Amino acid sequence: MNAPLDPGRLEDRGVLRFITAGSVDDGKSTLIGRLLVEAKGVLADQLAAVRRASERRGSGELDLSLLTDGLEAEREQGITIDVAYRYFSSPVRKFIVADAPGHEQYTRNMVTGASTADAAVVLVDATRVGVDGLLPQTRRHSAIAALLGIRHVVVAVNKMDLVGWERAVFERIAGLYDDLAHAVGLKDVRCVPVSALQGDNVTRLGSSSPWYAGPTLLALLEALPADRADAARPLRFPVQLVIRANGAAAEDYRGYAGQLWSGVLRAGQEVRILPSGERARVASIDTLDGALAQAVAGQSVTVRLDRDVDLSRGDWIVDDADEAKLGTALTAELCWLDRSPLDPRRKYLLRQGTRTSLASVLAVEDRLDVSTLSERREAAALNLNDIGRVRIAVQQPVLLDAYARNPATGAFILVDAATNQTAAAGMMRAT
Amino acid sequence: MSIEVAAPRLDHLDWLESESIAILREVAAECASAALLFSGGKDSVVLLRLAQKAFRPARFPFPLLHIDTGHNFPEVIAFRDARAAELGERLLVRSVEDSIARGSVVLPSPEASRNAAQSVTLLEAIEELGLDACIGGARRDEEKARAKERIFSFRDAFGQWDPKAQRPELWNLYNARVHKGEHVRVFPISNWTELDVWQYIAREGLALPSLYYAHRREVVRRRGLLVPVTPLTPPGAGETAEIRSVRFRTVGDISCTCPVESEAADAEAVIAETLVTDITERGATRMDDQTSEASMERRKREGYF
Repeated sequence: MNAPLDPGRLEDRGVLRFITAGSVDDGKSTLIGRLLVEAKGVLADQLAAVRRASERRGSGELDLSLLTDGLEAEREQGITIDVAYRYFSSPVRKFIVADAPGHEQYTRNMVTGASTADAAVVLVDATRVGVDGLLPQTRRHSAIAALLGIRHVVVAVNKMDLVGWERAVFERIAGLYDDLAHAVGLKDVRCVPVSALQGDNVTRLGSSSPWYAGPTLLALLEALPADRADAARPLRFPVQLVIRANGAAAEDYRGYAGQLWSGVLRAGQEVRILPSGERARVASIDTLDGALAQAVAGQSVTVRLDRDVDLSRGDWIVDDADEAKLGTALTAELCWLDRSPLDPRRKYLLRQGTRTSLASVLAVEDRLDVSTLSERREAAALNLNDIGRVRIAVQQPVLLDAYARNPATGAFILVDAATNQTAAAGMMRAT
Repeated sequence: MSIEVAAPRLDHLDWLESESIAILREVAAECASAALLFSGGKDSVVLLRLAQKAFRPARFPFPLLHIDTGHNFPEVIAFRDARAAELGERLLVRSVEDSIARGSVVLPSPEASRNAAQSVTLLEAIEELGLDACIGGARRDEEKARAKERIFSFRDAFGQWDPKAQRPELWNLYNARVHKGEHVRVFPISNWTELDVWQYIAREGLALPSLYYAHRREVVRRRGLLVPVTPLTPPGAGETAEIRSVRFRTVGDISCTCPVESEAADAEAVIAETLVTDITERGATRMDDQTSEASMERRKREGYF
C-alpha cells in the first residue's frame, strides 16, 4: 500500500501529467481504477457507488470502469466519450491522469489529453496480439502521442494472467512495440507486464512473474521527467497582461504578468521584446511573496524592465541573444476537431502564446491516412478527426518555433471566427 | 544551447499555483466582464489568494460575487464580508430570497433546500451584470461530472452546460470567446484536490471560517451523515440530538451541508485527517449529491456552479 503524499519528509517531485491510451477492452479503465484505488485516489464511498452501479448493471464483478465514465450518456451507452481527469498522489509526486477514450471516432479527445501530457501509458492486451502484430488503434494512439510530442511512453502489457504470465508473450509484444516506436518516432519507451484486474506490477510487484524484477508501473511514473515546460529550452515568456498599480501610494508600478513557458529568466538578464525587437534589461521578477533572482519554466511571475518599451499582451520576452524568428506564413500539422470541415474560404483566429490573430488556411498539402497514420495522401480538405499538413497565413506575425523543438510555443489552436468553436490543434513545422 | 538550472524544481503546490494564476490572468485579459464567485468557503478563499498573487499590486480586475441562499451559517457570511473589506475589493451579493420574491424561484416547501435554486439566482445575476465570465472554485476531484469539465467551460444563452458538446481544450491555449448573452465558467483550481487545497491553506497561512476546524456542535445522525441541529434543520421525529466534536469539510447551504467527526484544530491536523480518510469530501457532507448517480451533472447542466 502506498502512503499518500507527505510534503514534510520526502522530496516533492512536483506534478506528472500522463495520458492513457488503448483499444476498446484493453482494460484501460480497470488499470486506472487499480492505480486510483491503490494510491487512494479513490475512496470508499466512491467504490461503494461503483459497486451499487455494477450490481444494477448485472455485472457480478466490480466494474472499475464506472469510476471514469462520469457522464450519463457514457453510462447509458457503456462507452467513454470524453476525456476525464483523475488525480492521485504517491509519496513523491502528484499525478494528473487524462483518461482518453479508445473509440476511434473520438480521436479528438486523445489529441486533447495528449496536448498537456508529459508521458503516455499505452495499454496492449496480451491476448489480442495476433500474427499480424499490434492492433490498428495501438498504432494510431502511438502515432498521435509521437505527433503531440510526448517524450516518454510506458507500455503496459495487460491481461498477462490470461496468457499464463508467459515471458515469451511479453517479450514478443515488447519487440513489436519497439518496431512501432521506431516507425512513429517515439524514443523513450519502457514496457511493463501487468494484470490490471489482479493488480500485479501496477503499484506492487506480483508473485506471478518472477522473471520480471521491476520496476512497477507506478515506480516508472514516479521516475519519469516532467518536461513539457522545459527549463533547458530557450526562454519564452508570453505577456498575458500589463499590471499597473492604482492609487497614489504606489509609484508608477508597471509589470508584465505571464507564465514562463520554457527556459529560465534571471534578474538583470538582457532580453528582447518580440515582435518590436526592442531590448531591455530585467529590473526585477516580482511575486506576491517577494522578488526572485530567477524564474524557471512553468512559473507565473510579473516582470519589470529597466526602461519604457512598447510591450503588451500577445508580445514575447526572449533572451537578447535568441535567434527567434517571426513570420506571417507558416506550415503546420493540423488536427481538425470541429464538425464543420476546414474551409479555406472561412476566417479563423489563430492563437499562439497570448496572441490571437486572424488566419487563413491557404492550402491543405496532404492528409495522413487515418488507419495507419504513416502514409500521406493528397487532400483538399480536412474533416473531423483528420490530421494533415497545411499552409497558413496570419495577419500579425507569430513566433516561428517548430513544435518538435519547443512544444510550448510551437503549438497553436484555430478558433472558428463565426461560431467561436475550437476548430483545430496546430503544430508548427520548421521553416 | 542547454542551460544548467540551479533553482529548485517547482513542487506540486508551486506548479498548481502557477497554473491557477495563469488562468486567472487569462480571464482578466480575454473577458470583458467577469466576476469571481466568493462564498467564504475554503476553495473560494484559495481563489482570493491566487487572485492576489495574479494581480497585486493592482486591484482585482473583477468584483467578487456571492449567491446567498439566505440559509448560510452567519459566521461564514461575517467572514465573507470581513475578507472582502480586508482586501479592499468590491463584493456583490445576490440573494435567492430576492428570486423567490420575484417569483423566479418557487420552492416545493418553505423549508426545502435552496441549494439548487442558487442556479436561478446566479443566472439572473449574470444577466443583470452582463457577465461573460464567472470564476468558480469547483475542482475535478469533487465529482465525476466535474472530472470531465473544461477549465474554460462554455455556457449557452440559456446558461446551460452541454457535456456532450464541450470545446476541446488544448495545451494551455484557452478559448474564452463567447457571443453576446453567452458566458464561460472558469475553474482555476480544476486540477487541485481536497488535500492540495488544505496543504495550500497551511502553507499560505490562510484564515478560514472557524467551522472548518473542530468545534462542539449539536447534531443528529441521519442516513450515515451527521446533520447539524439549527433552526432550519431541527431534529426529526424519533431522532436524538447529541453534542459531538465536528468540523465541516464543505460549507454550503445549511439545509444540505453536514459536518464530520473531527478533533482537528488547525490546517496541519486537517491535512493529517485528510490523508487517512476513506470518504470523499462531498460523500461525507452533502445530502444533495446522493439523490442519483447523475444529480450533479443534471444540476450543472441547468446552470449550477
